[in-house]
Amino acid sequence: MNDFVAPTIDWAAVSPVLVVLGAGVLGVLLEAFVPARARRTTQITLTLAALVASLVAVGLLWERVSEGAVSVVGGSYLLTPFGLGIQAVIAISALLGVLVIADRTTTGQDSFAPAAAAVPGTTYEDEARRAGLQQTEIYPLLLFSTGGMLLFPATDDLIVMFVALEVLSLPLYVLCATARRRRLLSQEAAFKYFVLGAFASALFVFGVALVYGFAGTVRLQGVVQVLADPGTSPLGTMRGLVVVGLLLVLSGLLFKIGAAPFHTWTPDVYQGAPTPITGFMAACTKTAAVGALVRVLFTLAHGLDADTRHDVQVALWVVAILTMVIGSVVGAVQTDVKRLLAYSSIAHAGFVLVGVVGLDEVGSSAVVFYLLAYGLATIGAFAVVTLVRERTVSSDDRAGALGDTTDDGVVLGEATALAQWAGLGRRAPWLTAAFSLFLLSMAGIPLTAGFIAKFGVFSAAVEAGAWPLALLGVLGSAVSVFFYVRIIVFMVLTPPSDDEPGAVVEAAEDAGSVTGPAGGAPALTGTATRAVVARTVVTVVGSRGPAAVAIALCAVGVLLLGILPAGALDLAGQAAQFRP
Amino acid sequence: MELTNYLGLAAVLFAVGAATVLLRRNAIVVFMGVELMLNATNLAFVTFARIHGDVTGQVLAFFVMVVAAAEVVVGLAIIVMIFRARRSASVDDVNLLQS
Repeated sequence: MNDFVAPTIDWAAVSPVLVVLGAGVLGVLLEAFVPARARRTTQITLTLAALVASLVAVGLLWERVSEGAVSVVGGSYLLTPFGLGIQAVIAISALLGVLVIADRTTTGQDSFAPAAAAVPGTTYEDEARRAGLQQTEIYPLLLFSTGGMLLFPATDDLIVMFVALEVLSLPLYVLCATARRRRLLSQEAAFKYFVLGAFASALFVFGVALVYGFAGTVRLQGVVQVLADPGTSPLGTMRGLVVVGLLLVLSGLLFKIGAAPFHTWTPDVYQGAPTPITGFMAACTKTAAVGALVRVLFTLAHGLDADTRHDVQVALWVVAILTMVIGSVVGAVQTDVKRLLAYSSIAHAGFVLVGVVGLDEVGSSAVVFYLLAYGLATIGAFAVVTLVRERTVSSDDRAGALGDTTDDGVVLGEATALAQWAGLGRRAPWLTAAFSLFLLSMAGIPLTAGFIAKFGVFSAAVEAGAWPLALLGVLGSAVSVFFYVRIIVFMVLTPPSDDEPGAVVEAAEDAGSVTGPAGGAPALTGTATRAVVARTVVTVVGSRGPAAVAIALCAVGVLLLGILPAGALDLAGQAAQFRP
Repeated sequence: MELTNYLGLAAVLFAVGAATVLLRRNAIVVFMGVELMLNATNLAFVTFARIHGDVTGQVLAFFVMVVAAAEVVVGLAIIVMIFRARRSASVDDVNLLQS
């Protein structure tokens, strides 16, 4: 009777996602079968190989997809040139992000807890640390997350998009909780991210249910058809369903992008998560979510009537303006480097949305380039943060010996208080130069990638008739230039504050006090808190290679995209087309 | 049409779930609010499937269930971890990250 007909699947088109997810599964198996001492090397090799393979697959598909979108299983997986462009950006960012994650620095410790499940401050935790355990599970988790991100913007099916959203989010919740130091903050970040993320996912999926109710299908193309011809669906005349559904879906996506008013989780999570994970998350998640937003919004806008489309654009205007203002203004008063970069990423979400409001191809090409420029600068900046550390003051340590990484003091967690970054230029000129370059790119100074990127999104907005928004964007950029340059001046011109050890004690205690939990007692160990450390100074640890390579690549990329953007702009132009 | 009653119920359950997430203080109860929202979505999916007379909506409900189960695994693990470290599951106590 009903013979099962196997679907024909175009495996080549799915390969960028498949390679990464397959390597993730393989990574889980490796956890079980590879001996402990070889595990880390194997996992890192596998992860990097998978991401490179994914990038190569994207490159091989480029020619074919630019001739026409490739649809697999009726649109469940839909590779438009835009989707492929976003996948390329995600693969590049993830590759750089993994390099930073893999670095153990000259201290020989990576940023992850030896046993993430151990309660902070227990003997079990101490023993795990002494035994030199490592949590190599983070690499398969990263691959699963990256796989979800690659799938997120490359589907026409809202339920596949929902599954991709969860596949990218769930590993990230876990990764957020794995920091080696300041573990209570890390766990708290995971908790906040999880609760708010699950809430946003629920909004998203309820929106999908309403869209399904309207159209009888969750394929975006199908929804557009019903919008054009309401008679084809029993509820096709109830346009309210699709408008409310679209708004709920957009809320879910804007949450992942970190746009106001859904941005409140961003600073907390970015601060608490292990710094290399923060860089990975900031660049890749935002890229994937913007890709999905463009996919949903641009496709549906095609089917909406002029009035509704205008309403959606007004809503986007409001969100973009709010996001830029909050990111720039609140960011200007931050005293913690990671929080500051978090607010800067919120502001960037606003700038990207400026490019989106036109709902046309000029905007989608500008968005691809912007995300690449933003990803490079962000991963580079967070990579620098991982190398600036605190160190306990040893008995014979005098002000003159500061910055000498071979000293006998114990290197602790990252020195994230901005005050500790004063005079970094004297300790580590190259690192400071790279960090300054990333900040200048984020500010949008000419000859950096950020300038070309901002120029692209603003001119796309002007072309779409949204010049007030572009004007506000330029003003917002000007405000953010102020706070980026303030940090650079601070790093280069201000003398190091810990020439006077007393000043540092205060900074350390200030940071230490926030690590103690309400109950107080369990936090008092070396890994859980810095509160036991009476005196610390700032030091710069060396990279063991990968992070240095990542920083160098990011810096070269930022400069290259800024000085010779033609090639990348060409590619972004080819990746503009978002419709099949 | 009486099927709309189910949609009304789905909307009410979703609103109750959302209110729970936003107003309650116990992490477990907050989490139950999220689950309630997802189950309200399932009810909406199957009701719409009935209205449209196809099974797509029912299949989608299965997808949502699987995702909800995966979310429980990760979510409860995080909540238990927080509880073991602090002896409290109140979301108000999780406030170290305010600068």
